Amino acid sequence: MSEQNTTSRRKFLQTTAAIGGGLVIGFHLPAFAKQVRNIGVPAAENFAPNAFVRIGKDNMITVIVNHSEMGQGAYTSLPMIIADELDADWNNVKFEAAPVDPVYNHPGFGMQGTGGSTSTWVEWDRFRNAGATGRYLLLAAAAQTWNVDPSTLRTEKGFVIHSPSGRKISYGELVDKAATITAPKEVKLKDAKDYKLIGKPIKRLDTPEKIDGSGIFGMDVKIPGVLTAVIARAPVFGGKVKSFNGDKAKAIPGVKEVVQIDRGIAVVANGFWPAKLGRDALEMVWDEGPLSTLDTKAQTKQYADLAKQTGAVAKKEGDVSTAKDKAVKKFDVVYDLPYLAHAPMEPLNCVADVKADSCEIWVGTQFQTVDAMTAAGITGLKPNQVKLHTTLLGGGFGRRAVLDAHFVSEAVQVSKAIKSPVKVVWTREDDIRGGYYRPRAYHTISAGLDAAGKPLYWEHNIVCQSFAVGTPLEAMMVQNGVDGTAVEGASEIPYHVPNKHVEWNMAPNGVPTLWWRSVGSSHTAFVVEGFIDELAKAAGKDPFEYRRMLMDKHPRQKKVLEYVATKAGWKNPLPAGRGKGIAVHESFGSVVAMVAEVSIAKNNLKVHKVTVAVDCGQVVNPDTIKAQMEGCVVFGLTAALYGEISFENGKVKQRNFHDYKMLRMNEMPLVDVHIMDSKEKMGGVGEPGVPPVAPAVMNALFTLTGKRVRNLPLQPEDLKRKV
Amino acid sequence: MINLKVNGKSYNVDVDPSTPILWVLRDALELTGTKFGCGMAQCGACTVHLNGDAIRSCITPVARAAGQEIKTIEALSEDAIGKRLQKAWIEEDVPQCGYCQSGQLMAAAVLLKEKPYPTDNDIDLGMSGNICRCGTYQRVRKAIHRAAAMK
Ligand code: FES
Ligand code: FES
Repeated sequence: MSEQNTTSRRKFLQTTAAIGGGLVIGFHLPAFAKQVRNIGVPAAENFAPNAFVRIGKDNMITVIVNHSEMGQGAYTSLPMIIADELDADWNNVKFEAAPVDPVYNHPGFGMQGTGGSTSTWVEWDRFRNAGATGRYLLLAAAAQTWNVDPSTLRTEKGFVIHSPSGRKISYGELVDKAATITAPKEVKLKDAKDYKLIGKPIKRLDTPEKIDGSGIFGMDVKIPGVLTAVIARAPVFGGKVKSFNGDKAKAIPGVKEVVQIDRGIAVVANGFWPAKLGRDALEMVWDEGPLSTLDTKAQTKQYADLAKQTGAVAKKEGDVSTAKDKAVKKFDVVYDLPYLAHAPMEPLNCVADVKADSCEIWVGTQFQTVDAMTAAGITGLKPNQVKLHTTLLGGGFGRRAVLDAHFVSEAVQVSKAIKSPVKVVWTREDDIRGGYYRPRAYHTISAGLDAAGKPLYWEHNIVCQSFAVGTPLEAMMVQNGVDGTAVEGASEIPYHVPNKHVEWNMAPNGVPTLWWRSVGSSHTAFVVEGFIDELAKAAGKDPFEYRRMLMDKHPRQKKVLEYVATKAGWKNPLPAGRGKGIAVHESFGSVVAMVAEVSIAKNNLKVHKVTVAVDCGQVVNPDTIKAQMEGCVVFGLTAALYGEISFENGKVKQRNFHDYKMLRMNEMPLVDVHIMDSKEKMGGVGEPGVPPVAPAVMNALFTLTGKRVRNLPLQPEDLKRKV
Repeated sequence: MINLKVNGKSYNVDVDPSTPILWVLRDALELTGTKFGCGMAQCGACTVHLNGDAIRSCITPVARAAGQEIKTIEALSEDAIGKRLQKAWIEEDVPQCGYCQSGQLMAAAVLLKEKPYPTDNDIDLGMSGNICRCGTYQRVRKAIHRAAAMK
């Protein structure tokens, strides 16, 4: 399933790039063709065997990274891959954000971008080849210099060494000669046993600049003459400006301009504070549009009605209706999961400087190509007149990968209108209320057991919006009327059930929705793993053993589940008042299983410990994998305990971290991560740790209360024991 | 004109006295290490030291800092606690996206000054005002213990 999803996402992103940009974007340009590029550094000082690595006369190795750093460690894991094949001295390795150029396109997306937990695995071959090609050329250069047979040479930590004589020469000294040699079409890659960096817990390269304030996020970009804009956007999605009066805003000292753009009214000032005060002072009249009555409670009813309709079939196996007659016990329940905001720590922002013949953009983005092409469209400039700089991203989680490039287009439009460089800054309220949420998902699920307690049928209906339907992505992302991201993690389950029927009913669009860390699996895993736990209970079986019994056709998932159970001591008794729960889920090519240990203290759910087992295939940096799992636990737990975007009179009720709460230090469980030794195909790690968190925790809570939590976030009454 | 002492340097800034310190630091003084996360004292990303105390610069008017000592992340390494924290942060590989980390470090520095050997409970109390959306809490905790144990 994840294979399929990856493919469909690839396809649609290719389409987007082509449609959005009007460009034919090359698919996977060979990185190892000799292609010298000089990015801001005098050529004579460097040798660039390909677009991804530059070797300096000073022996510094610069890896040009085409995946945005948003916390997931791309600026370390990708340099590690090149440096290992190159036999570089890790102490001399630096990273640099790639400019926008087709050579840096995502090999799967067909455009430059970061997402889908792909950064490391999707570049594995290309980056290894890039490093190995560099090493080949340096070896050849040394062989020429010394007039010896290359087979008598070896490389070690940034040097070529002539084994018979013991002579050595640094990579930096070979730069000039290496630049004259033609790269071969194919190079030999290292044997796994010879890896020096890959598989080791290498320290991140970007830590130093993140602990002394010197790292530059989009928010921190400072260019001469830049003004700051804060934008008043419609309070109801789909709303429009009816009229406005900017006089009071303009009266605020420091406010320079008030301009209308497509998405609202921008107040431009000589700093954030006057711009924000100016926006507060705007007199706005909005045409709220058709969503002005949107209400979460009414929507529940709407979704429940939709769930009764026949949906598009995502999976059909056997014959559910005949199986129903044979079932001894039957269950039919509803799970309901809310809209969620990504809430990256750094609120959205973008700097744009539009001139008559150029447009320069600085932004923390996951979708460089889409952003740059959109800017070209707005300005009427040629794509090569648009220059986009990728800054550090203060979190992404999908929020900075937007198909309409809205947070970039706003800045470009304002800059164009006021003929000055401008930084558009979103406040936290703008972010929480700004849409592009994880879709609300309403699940109706039923199953029946035979006399032995095994499931005979499984019927699952999902109601949610699609962020593909009605967009250019539809053709690729929606197959047989089913949006793959709505049903991923539900259409395929790791448990054997002979009769299965899974379908999707599309909820009406209006609220902007988007991929949110782990996408469809962020809701489907909670339902599938919660419901299988319900069935285990009904069958009178241990939830771990019950799952295991049904997993013979899914040996990989079964192994991960067994591993987590061992590591967590599943069979060991817990202290009184504690409960444990288990969950396993595959997404983005990796399988993650978790055991959560919880108690109820002072009317709060306390999560003491989460044991994690992950099978992501080949490991590049185990410490990064651990960090991602820790982060995923926090992300998943935050959603389970607190996450909800709800509506009243068309407006989002939440606005900042006091009512869109985040997990804090005092609520942090101990997270114990175990990475499996695996020969499986490489998978992702940025997202797959999120889906199992909520079900593991709520399954644990069930053992204390006897009540199933089927709606998130957790409510106070969920903590009371069933009477 | 308001006189500010930031990281040992003196500045005269011409801003409305009600402007939060955060925006004076970031926009007027170009000290962008201090971050904006929420603007309402919820997340701690904007934590700086005012006369040695941790404050939320996003809600503290600059007038309150007139003539007082402000210290920001850019000067964290200037004392022993700051140096130890930065070293521990590297050894534990704490940051992910890094956006909250200036605030985490500035809060941790005050915690260690007040509690040289903090317990887990002290860390909970001292650090729960700082949100990390990437979820680096476990490493922040370990790094604080590590910094405390350093000589
Ligand atoms: S920005 Fe000041 S506490 Fe969040
Ligand atoms: S490291 Fe990203 S918010 Fe803390």
